[in-house]
Amino acid sequence: MRAILTTVGQDKTGIIAGVSSFLAEKDINILDLSQTIMNGYFTMMMVVDVSDEADFSALSTELKELGKKLGVEINIRNEKMYAAMHELGGGLE
Amino acid sequence: MDLRRIMETVNMIDNENLDLRTTTMGISLLDCIDSDSDRACQKIYDKITTKAENLVKVARELETEYGIPIANKRITVTPISLIAAASGDSDYVKYAVTLDKAAKAVGVDLIGGFSALVHKGYQNGDRVLIKSIPQALKETERVCSSVNVGSTRSGINMDAVKEMGQIVIENEKINPLNNGNLVIFCNAVEDNPFMAGGFHGVGEGDVALNVGVSGPGVVKTALEKVKGESMDVIAETIKQTAFKVTRMGQLVGQEASKRLGVDFGIVDLSLAPTPAQGDSVANILEEIGLESVGTHGTTAALAMLNDAVKKGGIMACSHVGGLSGAFIPESEDAGMIAAAEKGILTVDKLEAMTAVCSVGLDMIAVPGDTPAETISAMIADEAAIGMINNKTTAVRVIPVPGKDVGDSIEFGGLFGYAPIMPVHKESSAAMINRGGRIPAPVHSFKN
Repeated sequence: MRAILTTVGQDKTGIIAGVSSFLAEKDINILDLSQTIMNGYFTMMMVVDVSDEADFSALSTELKELGKKLGVEINIRNEKMYAAMHELGGGLE
Repeated sequence: MDLRRIMETVNMIDNENLDLRTTTMGISLLDCIDSDSDRACQKIYDKITTKAENLVKVARELETEYGIPIANKRITVTPISLIAAASGDSDYVKYAVTLDKAAKAVGVDLIGGFSALVHKGYQNGDRVLIKSIPQALKETERVCSSVNVGSTRSGINMDAVKEMGQIVIENEKINPLNNGNLVIFCNAVEDNPFMAGGFHGVGEGDVALNVGVSGPGVVKTALEKVKGESMDVIAETIKQTAFKVTRMGQLVGQEASKRLGVDFGIVDLSLAPTPAQGDSVANILEEIGLESVGTHGTTAALAMLNDAVKKGGIMACSHVGGLSGAFIPESEDAGMIAAAEKGILTVDKLEAMTAVCSVGLDMIAVPGDTPAETISAMIADEAAIGMINNKTTAVRVIPVPGKDVGDSIEFGGLFGYAPIMPVHKESSAAMINRGGRIPAPVHSFKN
């Protein structure tokens, strides 16, 4: 499944490194990445490839915990969610 | 995808209370009819617990995968008055208890369908079911009941209107909160995923999954960005926001039905508020430019809101159904509560608002000494609005013993609390006691 991982929080060193090394450990490939400062906050989006066999619930919980450690908010959601909302015909079958 | 769009979605969910208000599995019980009520109840229990076995599990999976809360998981069934009629039993409490047990077994919040459709007249099962409502609601926790007393095609059954006023008073004597689980309709729909008025109509398939979206907070935030713009811009902004909110419902509903192996029924486009800060339909109307909901202009603003929500939502999903519009419950909306407490929002104004939005007098707390005939007359007024305007209207009214205007009643959780609203003291009894039927309106003759 393609998923979108979002990270928002105060900018500081090590956020990208922290998130990407966690993903590498889990063997999750990053397909796309963009980041900016939005409303004063570091805001990052990664498109990642999560294996269909992976435990998505556990992954989501671990990412939230990682976010706490890094002092940012991390969420992961199925990419279809964003496509459905913002593209005509997106995400639907 | 554009990072800004992604963050817009994240904000809707994390900060603006966007959720899927309900995933509701409709289950037909027509194949459970049996002249032996014990056998019928066993078949009902078995069918519900089999068909809905994975409903909560799949809903939880989707909550995690899509990162969107699904506030309620529910079941609707065929109106029990039709299922139980073959049994010849003198009360149907046993059926309600069975529904309650099945709901608890599969872990759903509520189960709707302890219902009767009497808009033109009563069959025997309807009479028994309606008389059983007070005891059924007393003995169960999750069962919801509804009665359809009128329709545009057939007029209003004033005998049923009279009786339902009495049933509300009977509930009040047992536990006033039980009236929160009873809705009296005109033009009830067969695929309503919302409670307490949901049931699975006889024209529906064996099993269908329906979803109800929410999103008042999202609409309010979108409108904050177009301050001072014309009503055209406001309507367009609501439309675009409703599209996004509804799309989320379509996506999750489609995935849920696929995983459950059942047909996807409809998306209900209702803007359903909760007492949470910022999740209020009243606050949307105030953002449009009213000092308080209930003042002059409220009906016009609500009419535009309701229409724009539909226009945006219809494009976003394959099948629209249920009630679809804006809900204006007194208790479940912090803005409505505030306006009612100040006496700005009255039952009369709410009645006018129900002519242009999706439901009716919803979760209205009234003084404990309100006579049954006055309740019936409130039901009759709402039914008349529904009948003439070709729309669903409903009454969920809660007389509270020993309380009067200035007091309030606490419902807890999603239901919030409600200040007691004044009702007219002048009697409607002579009219209600006439009974009979109000004939169908002239515009019902379309064939």
